[in-house]
Amino acid sequence: MAEDLDIIIKKYKQGRREDLIPLLQEIQAENGYLSEESIIKVGGHLGLSTTKIFGLATFYDQFRFVPSGKVHIKICHGTSCFMNGSQSIIDKIKEELKILPGQTTRSGNFSFEIVSCMGGCFHGPVIMVNGEYQIHVRQEQVPDLIKKLKFIIEND
Amino acid sequence: MEDLKTFLIHKVLLFESDTLPAETEKVLQQVRRDKTNVPVIHISSNTSSIIAGSEKTLNAVKTYIEENEPGALTVMVGCSGPANYEPMVCIQMPGKNKLFFRNITEEKVEALLNGVFHNDINEDDLLGQAGTRGFEFWPGISFMDELPFFAHQKRVVLGNCGCYDPESIEEYIARGGYTTYVKTIRHYTYEEVCDIIERSGLRGRSGGGYLTGLKWKQALSTSSNARYLICNAKESDPGSFSDRTILESDPHRLIEGIAIAAYAIGASNAILYLKSGSDYARKRLQSAISMARDYGIIGHNIYSSGYNLEISLKQEPGAFVCGEETALINSLEGKRGMPQLKPPYPTTSGLSGKPTVINNVETLMNVPLIMQNGPEWFRSIGTETSPGTKIFSITGRGRMSGVVEVEMGTTLGSVVEDIVDGIKDGKEFKAIQLGGASGTFITSENLDTPIDFDAMKQKGFGMGAGGFVVIDETSCMVDMVRYYMEFIRNESCGKCIPCREGTGRMLEILQSVIKKPVNEDSGTTLERFKGVMQLETISSVMKDASLCGLGQTAPNPFVSALKHFREEFEEHIFDRKCRANVCRGLRTFLIDVEKCTGCTVCAGKCPVNAIYGTRLQPFFIVEDKCIGCGICFDVCKFSAVIVR
Repeated sequence: MAEDLDIIIKKYKQGRREDLIPLLQEIQAENGYLSEESIIKVGGHLGLSTTKIFGLATFYDQFRFVPSGKVHIKICHGTSCFMNGSQSIIDKIKEELKILPGQTTRSGNFSFEIVSCMGGCFHGPVIMVNGEYQIHVRQEQVPDLIKKLKFIIEND
Repeated sequence: MEDLKTFLIHKVLLFESDTLPAETEKVLQQVRRDKTNVPVIHISSNTSSIIAGSEKTLNAVKTYIEENEPGALTVMVGCSGPANYEPMVCIQMPGKNKLFFRNITEEKVEALLNGVFHNDINEDDLLGQAGTRGFEFWPGISFMDELPFFAHQKRVVLGNCGCYDPESIEEYIARGGYTTYVKTIRHYTYEEVCDIIERSGLRGRSGGGYLTGLKWKQALSTSSNARYLICNAKESDPGSFSDRTILESDPHRLIEGIAIAAYAIGASNAILYLKSGSDYARKRLQSAISMARDYGIIGHNIYSSGYNLEISLKQEPGAFVCGEETALINSLEGKRGMPQLKPPYPTTSGLSGKPTVINNVETLMNVPLIMQNGPEWFRSIGTETSPGTKIFSITGRGRMSGVVEVEMGTTLGSVVEDIVDGIKDGKEFKAIQLGGASGTFITSENLDTPIDFDAMKQKGFGMGAGGFVVIDETSCMVDMVRYYMEFIRNESCGKCIPCREGTGRMLEILQSVIKKPVNEDSGTTLERFKGVMQLETISSVMKDASLCGLGQTAPNPFVSALKHFREEFEEHIFDRKCRANVCRGLRTFLIDVEKCTGCTVCAGKCPVNAIYGTRLQPFFIVEDKCIGCGICFDVCKFSAVIVR
């Protein structure tokens, strides 16, 4: 991981302030999250203090500071999905996994986040489990879905 | 492939006359696949169709072709509009008109293709036919443009969407693309281009409706050694997806628009600012940009005109407020995306202090068309003060949803009635919500408003990014307002106090209105009532004192909802009831003794075990335990659960 980080940082040789966000985005795309180590390294490269970088990264929704779970669930909370009941799905998932959006379960198995619109407005509520879309999800299906996913993780 | 490239560059792009010679046209026909000897199957491929399962459909089609019809072609095309018909499949048999089919999921593929190849077409999934002269009709099948969804639209900007393969620059050039751009940079000066756009009366499509040509002139007249053009493709309003559809279905015209706009202001750097999370659009754009570079459309000394252009793709890191111009520039400079006081406007001092023009996707999509057909042509569409068309992304409870384009001057009512075709499941129409999270609710009494910047402004409506939500009686207005307020509260950047504190307080009060009361005495009712009066005060303060558009427009949903649906708010406050049965805290469930068969399904699904009873006997719900989640209501097959 440390070598990967160096490779990414080397791409931004000039080390300008404008490069900060693309650099963080690339690191996150590579590792799935921003570790403390990577933020320190980026700070050293761009000549910025780590607090500044952390302050910037927390401002934006995209950046995570804990690794995402083995199963990452995205829930669409756009207007159309909301009208079709995505709020109850979010509540149900919170209750089942006992975490808040953006967090990861202690076992490292699950994480979930809320996104504003995925673009499947006619098929709402839409959720995305590890890159696969599921449409017309109902709140009573959620416990079974989580159970199924747990089973898959445990038998992997 | 290399031959085709040199052919297209020399015989089409650099060809000086307007009409191409017949032999060139012949090659272009082949590229466009106008006349084919083999069947061609077009499958829509964009985010909304992938969600509906078009990737699986594509695989099924490919397997079918391999087994039964070797030689047939499959082409991935963009989205042609109706999202509820996805995945759409279009089949073009040699010499015949194209046939369009709707909702072709994986399992329907075999039956469909069997039918079409053996001349026995399944009418259920058939939408219609489309074609040009010289093709054989399918007898007895209606035409696509006669469908109400398409008949009331004027598809100019979206003209190419869903018709060609967005990953093929050859096809775009064969459809007349990029020729305007090459002509522009070779024959027009910067001022001439700005002049043409100004004369056309094109107005920025992102809400304000500022004259695009004027904006460009301001940037051009500011002396500087560098200028920037930014295409704002960051539509992050919940429920608007028109820009994404354009990016995925017609990326090349957008690049042409960016290139012409960059030329007009003398910028050699253009930035495409993309929404985070739209990976599919990013992939398409990246490949479109690299193809354009390969064809020499962007790069150094383009077609020996002496003009250099570089287009770079930047992905926004996820903050709603970055749609605001100054916040967007801050985020590009590697700072927190917080808005700044204007003036100075970006046209005089923008990115790195240089003059910067920021246009949104829809505005730039119009530019190549105006340069191609002239400003008079553009003026002939739409109204006197707002020429052109407007794109809306329709979602919600309408029977149709998707991306539509209508001529300016069309009334909102005709969009709801003709294009959306009424409400799903025969429910009652309540309102439309126009303009995303900070838009207004428009009830049936105002549906005669024409879609026109000035007419809408007069009535206090904003079009915003073109979000068009159809709301019916099953939605609770208080809950909708709370939803929008929650969204804005989360996205407020926190720089100015009216917005940061105001959105938080407003959300708090709205939540108390719909929360389940702990003990019902008059004190809490008064508190809620006072809360709504405070909401009105907060709204006016936020409107006057917030720094940027986000805060100024944040109270809009509340203000318009209170104006039109006051009785619904009062019901929530005094009678403690929600007429749409949406607000969880205010609804209770009962089991109808007559209808209940004692099947135990609801008792098993109840998350708090509030349902008791003996098997095959009527069950009952303990009200104190019930959290109002409504699962029992959803799972009961005998509609024995009543909501009150």
